[in-house]
Amino acid sequence: MSATTSQALGQEQAPTGFTARQFAVCFGGIVWREALRFAHQRERFISALVRPLVWLFIFAAGFRQALGISIIPPYETYVLYEVYITPGLMAMIQLFNGMQSSLSMVYDREMGNMRTMLMSPLPRWFILVSKLAAGAAVSVAQVYAYLVIAYFWEIEPPTWWGYLTVLPALMLVGLMLGALGMLLSSAIKQLENFAGVMNFVIFPMFFASSALYPLWRVRESSPFLYRVCEANPFTHAVELIRFSFYGKFDPLSFAVVLGCTVVFLGAAIIAYDPARGLLAMRG
Amino acid sequence: MTGDVETAPLALEITGLSHSYGARKALDDVGLTVAPGQFVVLLGLNGAGKSTLFSLVTRLFAARHGRIAIFGRDLAKAPGEALRRIGVVFQARTLDLDLTVLQNMIYHAALHGIGPAEARRRADTALRRVGLGERAKDKARVLSGGQMRRVEIARALLHGPRLLLLDEPTVGLDVAARAEIVAQVRRLVAEEKIGVLWTTHLMDEIEPTDQVVVLHKGSALVSGAAADIIAQYGAKDMAGAFSALTNARANGAAA
Repeated sequence: MSATTSQALGQEQAPTGFTARQFAVCFGGIVWREALRFAHQRERFISALVRPLVWLFIFAAGFRQALGISIIPPYETYVLYEVYITPGLMAMIQLFNGMQSSLSMVYDREMGNMRTMLMSPLPRWFILVSKLAAGAAVSVAQVYAYLVIAYFWEIEPPTWWGYLTVLPALMLVGLMLGALGMLLSSAIKQLENFAGVMNFVIFPMFFASSALYPLWRVRESSPFLYRVCEANPFTHAVELIRFSFYGKFDPLSFAVVLGCTVVFLGAAIIAYDPARGLLAMRG
Repeated sequence: MTGDVETAPLALEITGLSHSYGARKALDDVGLTVAPGQFVVLLGLNGAGKSTLFSLVTRLFAARHGRIAIFGRDLAKAPGEALRRIGVVFQARTLDLDLTVLQNMIYHAALHGIGPAEARRRADTALRRVGLGERAKDKARVLSGGQMRRVEIARALLHGPRLLLLDEPTVGLDVAARAEIVAQVRRLVAEEKIGVLWTTHLMDEIEPTDQVVVLHKGSALVSGAAADIIAQYGAKDMAGAFSALTNARANGAAA
């Protein structure tokens, strides 16, 4: 920016367009604010951590006797049920986080913070993608906090590399679930409606997936439900995390998660587009 | 540059602006202008269409019909160039209460592509200007309503816009805080020649020399200097002129 701070804009010699540095500053600012907010909301962090731990310590402990797990990829030996559901719980953290940041977008919009963000002169798609990336980064941090505790419960990848190889998968899953949340947030006007989203989005997505039980088990009881689970993007999110945690790559789940991310993100950008979006119709 | 004309371009130029939500028409062929250094009041009751107009000018969504230009930049064709020339104070509180005043400023600057070092420098100047220079490190939460508004005004000016939009900025403030906000914005107009569009339903915020646009049920009924409008309707004050105007309209519509 030039030295003529308050005089510059509005004059004819004012700059046009935005530099790469300005894009970087804007991106950095959005991530920084998300991190600050996260740091200030300790309850949110703790509840994000307690939820999967309750599943791990209580649900899994009770369930391990009821459910035998056969050897299925990526596992090469019999694994404890706790080990089996850990990738599902990692994805669950991200699912809640994605929906929670959509809650915060609805809340922000009502409170006006969203308005401030959308007033940025930088392209709106860039603002939305930055916001998504910031939310995904927060969800990844939460997953690693969970993994630290799980480690002391002797749940760990076969090699330490697993903690690294799972990172890109977590980032991509975080983006996909965040984009889905963002798309939903554009359609929700009132805060109260969010409870409905919890019931109609989070629970079905989580239970109709491979998070808690392998899909061959589901097929035994209901071939139809098996199809539903297979079509559920969350199943592929869980499998992508499961494989990459074991240092393996599952092309199918990668393709599905990537494809869903692109579709959800594209739809969210259209929904928030000033000219075409849903906002203009409802005000 | 585009839109080069013989005179300096208007800060804000709205022509033929219409918008509807589904079948309900919220704005009908509204036009208004704000020149640099002009204080323009957009007067209307709740539901008159002020918020819709505000949403359109700040590009929350795009207008169905009509044109909005900021210093000659068409909002629809060059949104970035138009938006970077506007400072906005929304009706709702938009400070992040968990962050400090300075953090709020730095975040806003980042949204405009202004780096943290430069943002600190500007925030210091801007906060001093609204008399809150020593509150930079405080959480936004501990400020009073009037102080928050002043921070929001300082923040709106951080990127150096020459047009300031304020949507009912004094709603919910006590008398003293209200007077202070009004005085502060009028000073910006007088001393720095910033163009201001001020929406309100409070008649006592209007001075005789202000440019007033009366918005009623989505239409701009009249625009002109406050004193002229009052004289034209033979009223004692703006409130009288306003009710004469809107009653005439209601009777006309009923016939």
